[in-house]
Amino acid sequence: MAEAIKIRATLNGEFAEVKARMAHIMETGLRKDPASGQVIPAHFVRQVTATLNGNVVLDAQWGPSVSKDPVFGFRVKGAKAGDKVAIKAVDNKGETLTGETSVA
Amino acid sequence: MNELRRTFLKRCSTAGAVVWVVGMLKPIWALAAEWNKAAFEASSLADALKNSGTSAAVDSKELLLKVADHAENGAVVQIEVTSKIPATTSIAIYVEKNPRPLVADMSFQNGAEPYIFLVTKMAETSRIRAVARAGGKTYFTAKEVHITSSGC
Repeated sequence: MAEAIKIRATLNGEFAEVKARMAHIMETGLRKDPASGQVIPAHFVRQVTATLNGNVVLDAQWGPSVSKDPVFGFRVKGAKAGDKVAIKAVDNKGETLTGETSVA
Repeated sequence: MNELRRTFLKRCSTAGAVVWVVGMLKPIWALAAEWNKAAFEASSLADALKNSGTSAAVDSKELLLKVADHAENGAVVQIEVTSKIPATTSIAIYVEKNPRPLVADMSFQNGAEPYIFLVTKMAETSRIRAVARAGGKTYFTAKEVHITSSGC
């Protein structure tokens, strides 16, 4: 699932404003299938790491309350146009999502 | 013989240094701390706070929480947290009445501002709590958000 994370990074004064959206079901593991009555197994992103030119800037842990198709944003000081922003997310099944862009 | 031994030792130490350097480079992605299962799977706010080490947080006006007072759809509630507290290293977000109150715990490094934007699910009308860690202490702020339709 390469490039499953869409990223936009724009310079805004002295920092880069980064907005990201990833495609993920974010199933909590608490909902029941109305038809079968069976619990729908949990499937959600647990760890998200963002780097700027290879250096970790954001190290996040998420729970099942984060919305489906997660949208999040952060800011990095000292970033310059052309700097590489990469994000990697790992879910509770060990599946990995990644995305990369350059600061514009 | 002695010459050979010296060369051998020299090469060994060079090889050792290479292994050490590669070892230092490798954990860029592996730096992430292990997922805090006890905190994220806690079903009460008290346990979620305790297990994420933020029970003792003090109320702070320097922590800014931007959320709508009323949210139509509990499936997508936008949260923006900015910390003005010097040396803030991380921000955690809780939806107090969610079945799993801890939403996210995020740490900032290498120039990242103590700011986060995140979209969360809300099961019902609840307070949203943001906690910042700075200089070995924890600070919080909270705001109630009314939900029209549940997002869980």
